[in-house]
Amino acid sequence: MHKKVIFRGVALPAALLLPQLVITGIFFFWPAGQAVWSSFLREDAFGLSRQFVWFENFTDVLTDPNYLTVAWNTAVFSASVAVLAMGAALFLAVQADKAIRAATAFKTLLIWPYAVAPAVAAVLWLFLFHPQIGIFGRALNSAGILWDYKINGGQAMTLVIIAAAWKQVSYNFIFFLAGLQSIPKNVLEAAAIDGARPTRRFWTIIFPLISPTTFFLLVVNLVYAFFDTFGIIHALTQGGPGNATTTLIYRVYVDGVQNLNFGSSAAQSVILMALVIAMTAVQFRFIERKVHY
Amino acid sequence: MHTTQALAAATRRRQWRGRALAYAALSLGVLVFAFPIWMTLVGSTHDVGSIGRGDVPLWFGPHGVENYATAWTTGGAGTRNTFVVPASSMLLNSALMAALIAVGKIAISLLSAYAVVFFAFPCRMLAFWLIFITLMLPVEVRIIPTFEVMVNMGLTNTMAGLTVPLMASATATLLFRQFFLTIPDEYVEAAKMDGAGPLRFFRDVALPLSVTNIAALFVILFIYGWNQYLWPLLMVNDRALETIVVGLTKMIGTGDSQNEWNTIMATAMMALLPPVLVVVLMQRWFIKGLTETEK
Amino acid sequence: MASLDIQGVTKSFGVTPVLHGIDLAVRDGEMVVIVGASGCGKSTLLRIVAGLEAPSAGAVLIEGRDVTPLEPADRDIAMVFQTYALYPHMSVFDNMAYGLRIRGLPKPEIAARVQEAADLLSIGQLLERKPRQLSGGQRQRVAMGRAIVRHPKLFLFDEPLSNLDARLRVQMRAEIRRLQRRLAVTSLFVTHDQVEAMTLGDRLVVMHEGRAAQVGTPMEVWSRPADTYVASFIGSPSMNLLPAALAEGGHAARLADGTLWRFADGARAGGDGREVTIGIRPEHLMANGADGIALTVELAEPMGSETVVHGRLADGTALTARLPGATAADSLRVSPDAAALHVFDAASGLRLDPA
Repeated sequence: MHKKVIFRGVALPAALLLPQLVITGIFFFWPAGQAVWSSFLREDAFGLSRQFVWFENFTDVLTDPNYLTVAWNTAVFSASVAVLAMGAALFLAVQADKAIRAATAFKTLLIWPYAVAPAVAAVLWLFLFHPQIGIFGRALNSAGILWDYKINGGQAMTLVIIAAAWKQVSYNFIFFLAGLQSIPKNVLEAAAIDGARPTRRFWTIIFPLISPTTFFLLVVNLVYAFFDTFGIIHALTQGGPGNATTTLIYRVYVDGVQNLNFGSSAAQSVILMALVIAMTAVQFRFIERKVHY
Repeated sequence: MHTTQALAAATRRRQWRGRALAYAALSLGVLVFAFPIWMTLVGSTHDVGSIGRGDVPLWFGPHGVENYATAWTTGGAGTRNTFVVPASSMLLNSALMAALIAVGKIAISLLSAYAVVFFAFPCRMLAFWLIFITLMLPVEVRIIPTFEVMVNMGLTNTMAGLTVPLMASATATLLFRQFFLTIPDEYVEAAKMDGAGPLRFFRDVALPLSVTNIAALFVILFIYGWNQYLWPLLMVNDRALETIVVGLTKMIGTGDSQNEWNTIMATAMMALLPPVLVVVLMQRWFIKGLTETEK
Repeated sequence: MASLDIQGVTKSFGVTPVLHGIDLAVRDGEMVVIVGASGCGKSTLLRIVAGLEAPSAGAVLIEGRDVTPLEPADRDIAMVFQTYALYPHMSVFDNMAYGLRIRGLPKPEIAARVQEAADLLSIGQLLERKPRQLSGGQRQRVAMGRAIVRHPKLFLFDEPLSNLDARLRVQMRAEIRRLQRRLAVTSLFVTHDQVEAMTLGDRLVVMHEGRAAQVGTPMEVWSRPADTYVASFIGSPSMNLLPAALAEGGHAARLADGTLWRFADGARAGGDGREVTIGIRPEHLMANGADGIALTVELAEPMGSETVVHGRLADGTALTARLPGATAADSLRVSPDAAALHVFDAASGLRLDPA
């Protein structure tokens, strides 16, 4: 937990910790506390007074069919992004793990999309799928498919999912590759000698042994889809058309910044907070379970 | 039981197919990840008319220098866009913001990790857990109240307001703590015998040993800072302070096909180039940074 | 028809040659031990037989069938690894059943075979445990159980005892030998430990820098080493190798300091003055008061029933002798048992037999 050999004194460590604690206090605990407190308040129509309303904000939010639609959107969006980004990354990692020439070059080329901001990734895909100026957008329209993600909710969701997954594959790829390379070579050789061909080896030996990595990435990908994708949605569809691509975090923004409905926005924030804490807690609990060789 | 010949042939086929699949899949993967960039790069070298008409080019055009120059100096001709900010100013803001966040975060995390590892004092574990909890909540969740705090402190539209709140989280602290725990006790004992106090030990031993970790974290944090979206969106409406990632999306607005797409594409390229360069040039540190911060 | 036939197997990794053409025929039910120092190519040879590496040239035949182009899965072999290589996420039972399930054996037969192997190895009570709950020795047995249940044509052992502590190593050595004899499966065993080699093998292959220096029974390799490498590798403490020249028409050798040692088994070709290396094992030196060569004792290791004496001759050459009882002297005279003298060509190191 801490070293056995230490320095004496209390003043110095306190001083060293001060910057981080102060920043954490002012910009983390205080606002987080505010969010929780606000979620129990409701402003009147003129913004003049605030009333303590217990859990009314929460019940309003949770029974609002609009909110439930948004929650459903978020579920669909997150699951799709996670599956797509992880599936593609695992497949590519398995291929990159084979001993072929130029493996290192391929790996370098597959890693850099991580550096692209989600919003910029959205912009790049916008260029490709814009109904009038995008190469795919125009191709789809000339092929007879009415492609306009500004009007068609399903198309908008598809585009946003592709952009989000595209960006996340690199991250997953790096971790899957590390996971694959941590499996002792001998174990795979033993399986080969036992009669297992490559496909069987993958499903019966490799996949179970990388399950800690897979689980970890699942949580990370879900958190990414829940939160980091704000930029993608804002840049590409602004949550539209209607609320076809509005996710829970986007709704927090809309309610808080555009509609100025602070109570509702705060309640939504608190709900999201609870969700994230649950996800991270689950992640930390299960990371403890390691496979021993 | 198959004949030896048949088995041998099957083995050869299987091996060939495996290699072919690897090459094909990896090449396809690289293409998929490069294609959007390629199209944007190509688009940034053409004139606004041809893009607006929908003549999507697949190869470079003659207007590259012109477009980048426009984007850099003015951010557009202003005839169609409502958002016109020179890319040069936005790039500078982004670079400054990213660098400040990275350096700031690393600095305070080094200090905190050092305090938690090399000292024993009451409430030590409490302090550690307080910092650790910040991992649980990404900034987006507490965004509105944090924004309110900034308004109350008068820090909106300032570089300080952009960067300081993002220095709070614990990933760097955890990494450094983990690393400091691996420094052998003998180093501390030897330093004490030489008469060195904690600050001197930090400067002369702990810090130099941490250089690789610092480099790795710098890459990750610089990218994190550069790619910030929601926070700058809320904090900044002064055009002089606009960052390039947010500025880019403001240029697009609702994606009107009448936009100055060529300038926008040039801006997009400039928005993604610095972080990509950092990753490519410092790849080994980058991967180390990623895998270590998640342990 | 040999159970395993290695024909002219050569291997290079890139431009680095590792095996220079190995030929070996292993009889049905025989246990052949491949022994040599690190880097001699023994593991590479084993992996080529297993199908985990492909040879640059040559062929591997199992029961007359050319398996060289075949994957390990198609060779009907089993292997025990140095690191045991058990499947960490499976129970002991599943580890052993894995190969059988792949081959589509019916459940009852799988259970029967696993139980049979478990009984043979005394691991019946461990079947539900996972590898990380087992000790080194237990894991080793499970690894062997996994190999046994397959009823393969060939057993391959890649230094399986190296990760065990000394006492366990001796115990497992005997068990492996007993098991192999009982099951009568052709086996190839790789080790760097010459004691293991001597005790386990029906025949030994002593490997040196990618070549088979000698192939023979343990006693052959010990009593008639084919070159100075084999001579110094087999036997502990190592055989003493002394530079000398032929004398008395090839019937004797004159050492550097002039001492004459006569051969008991005949003359060597080449004539007087031919440079040779004389080999004499420490246990074949006797403390001989008058007639022997002077040895200054540097270190005497009492082993109980005998003493291992490390010393130097007058000209500085090191010499080791194993003498019965306790010896306390600072210097002695030792002389060889003439029948146990080995003669090697000084330049090539090859054994010189009587012409």
